Amino acid sequence: MDNSDRVKMRVQTSKERIHNFNEVELGFNDEEALKEANRCMQCKNPRCMTGCPVSIKIPEFVKYIKEGDLKKAYEIINESSSLSAICGRVCPQERQCESMCIRGLKGEAIAIGALERYVSDYAINNNFKIGSVKKKNGLKVAIIGSGPAGLTCAGDLIKAGFDVTIYEVLHKAGGVLTYGIPEFRLPKKIVEKQVESLKELGVKILTDIPVGNAITLDELSKNNDYVFISSGAGLPKFMGIKGESANEVFSANEILTRINLMSSYKSDSKTPIKKAKKAYVIGGGNVAMDAVRCLKRLGIDAHLMYRRSMEELPARKMEVNHALEEGVKFDLLTNPVEILTDENNSVIGMKVVNMILTEPGEDGRRSVIEDEKSIHEVKCDMVVMALGTSPNHEALKYSNILLNEKGLISVDGTKTSLDNVYAGGDAVTGSATVILAMEAGKKAASEIINKSKC
Amino acid sequence: MYKILYNKKISSTSYEIAVEAPFVINKCIPGQFAIVMTYEDSERIPLTIYDYDKEKGLLYLIYQVVGASTLELTNAKKYLYSVSGPLGNSNEICKNPEKYKGKRIVYVAGGVGIAPVYPQVKYLKEHGIESDVIYGARSRDMLIIRNKIQDVARKVYYVTDDGSYGKKGFVTDALKKRIKDYDICVSIGPVIMMKNVSLLTKEYNVKTIVSMNPLMVDGSGMCGACRCEVDGKSKFACTDGPEFDGHKVNFDLAMKRMNIYKEEEKIKLDEMKKRNENG
Repeated sequence: MDNSDRVKMRVQTSKERIHNFNEVELGFNDEEALKEANRCMQCKNPRCMTGCPVSIKIPEFVKYIKEGDLKKAYEIINESSSLSAICGRVCPQERQCESMCIRGLKGEAIAIGALERYVSDYAINNNFKIGSVKKKNGLKVAIIGSGPAGLTCAGDLIKAGFDVTIYEVLHKAGGVLTYGIPEFRLPKKIVEKQVESLKELGVKILTDIPVGNAITLDELSKNNDYVFISSGAGLPKFMGIKGESANEVFSANEILTRINLMSSYKSDSKTPIKKAKKAYVIGGGNVAMDAVRCLKRLGIDAHLMYRRSMEELPARKMEVNHALEEGVKFDLLTNPVEILTDENNSVIGMKVVNMILTEPGEDGRRSVIEDEKSIHEVKCDMVVMALGTSPNHEALKYSNILLNEKGLISVDGTKTSLDNVYAGGDAVTGSATVILAMEAGKKAASEIINKSKC
Repeated sequence: MYKILYNKKISSTSYEIAVEAPFVINKCIPGQFAIVMTYEDSERIPLTIYDYDKEKGLLYLIYQVVGASTLELTNAKKYLYSVSGPLGNSNEICKNPEKYKGKRIVYVAGGVGIAPVYPQVKYLKEHGIESDVIYGARSRDMLIIRNKIQDVARKVYYVTDDGSYGKKGFVTDALKKRIKDYDICVSIGPVIMMKNVSLLTKEYNVKTIVSMNPLMVDGSGMCGACRCEVDGKSKFACTDGPEFDGHKVNFDLAMKRMNIYKEEEKIKLDEMKKRNENG
């Protein structure tokens, strides 16, 4: 092999994997990791680091892989991220660190994500600690929501000596990592282990608690030195078209929550999932891709319907490719205009319209217009809406925290309008990515640490 | 884990469970609900709060055995894996009793719908508002917590389908007779009953609040399984409700949406029955 090609990660074949929910990518073994690490040129001015939202010292941890010191490699990663086994799997590295890699100019970039995952999995299997707690500073922090932003913030603050308590409304911690991202991309065992390692450092996680109703933001702010709101963007969007109240029209959140949080893909699960014959998932993001690939694994004829073309699909390329390999059908440049139902309110099909791409606008993005003459019907017995989510403000009930004109929490950095209250992640930005949420959690932690020193 | 004080049968189809859950009841106001899970792999079951003891941190719930998950809940003896809440909004009158002083209020309950009605009637009494209750069930055996409701209501009118207790007939018969005595009606029970009550009160222009109990997963506004159509708009029962204006709810749609998992649920119920029979 020429050194310009990266070591490919082994995967479950598509034939195998459409019959199970096990992880698709199998990770590097020692030999593969070493070989890939040796491709790293150890740049003096590492561009890759500038592409990492949490600034992991990439060349340094890769160097320790080369030297066979995985403990050291893990320590380096941990200085920047307490959730690296998750990042290694779900970060869009091809748009971040790897896109900046100098090797990528003349060949393939170093597989940084795969190496991060390799080190982190080794650490989990060998029970390495994710760091240590500095002297306790006697300050208390309450964190609302245990998704990627909340967990990251908790990790940094507990290490800095704060007393940290996370309030989570669901019965399990992890937020979108637990209810949203499927097992075949991010095994729940990995999320549990990462949460456990935070608990070992002293982070308290109180599940089952709906902040807003059980305890208010104002109370948390009064009873703690700082509060960090990382309640995410949970509210699913629907299209507002006729027939959308039909029985088998679901949000992607519902399908994913049933499958991931409630394990309804297992035959002995107590939570049911609809066994449809043919389903359309509407949307083109990572959530749409997760939902449609879950449905495929349930034996459903799974289609993805997206109003733009393959070029504009916002999902990660790798996920799109995996979906294609698995036999997911893509109905592009098409959009539903009505859901058709029978007398029992069951879905029997959709009226859809072909879309025409316009020339790129000022933002460089091509828009679409409907080709009204093209309206036609397709048959199906399930429709899943994966159109993005927006924050719901349940946690902010009874509080006079300032919202901006978009209805999102107004922040300066991560500081909100309330004295000791910070916010970040999807709750502030609307639905985005796991790593951006982690970046916000990190930023809030550092702002809180700085403030506490004043 | 949440410690169970008791989990006992109170009629041929319903149970009452008392569980330690101080966080759930600390701030709850009647109308809100909780979600319970029997074991770690159980379904999340939404149940409207029936009673609570804030000093002891105790939450009381009444549930009817209708499917696999409620059947499984009867097996719980020592602990519940999860109890979360309070979820949803409190009843509009209980939230602001001062505003409703002097109003003549009637509660219309059907079957286990009396369970969420009880704390409201009690709460309003504590806040100086007395209300009447029309309580219907199929037969005498299904009329639960009679003594408790009599203690807090000004007057209770019973009706049974078979005439085994109170007047024979439906709650709507009893309501129609005295509807002119009331300014506000709160109706909680089977969807078909809430629909008929709302049709009647609309005729007489009596403001009506109903409590919807659709399928639900997370209960925190995240999944949209609990979508109801209210005034032509899609609402989430968990975060927008569970109580809505009865004159604006699309009950027919709500009834159809209860059947989404009918086949799947039947299979699971049969499995659970078998499992329970085999111990």
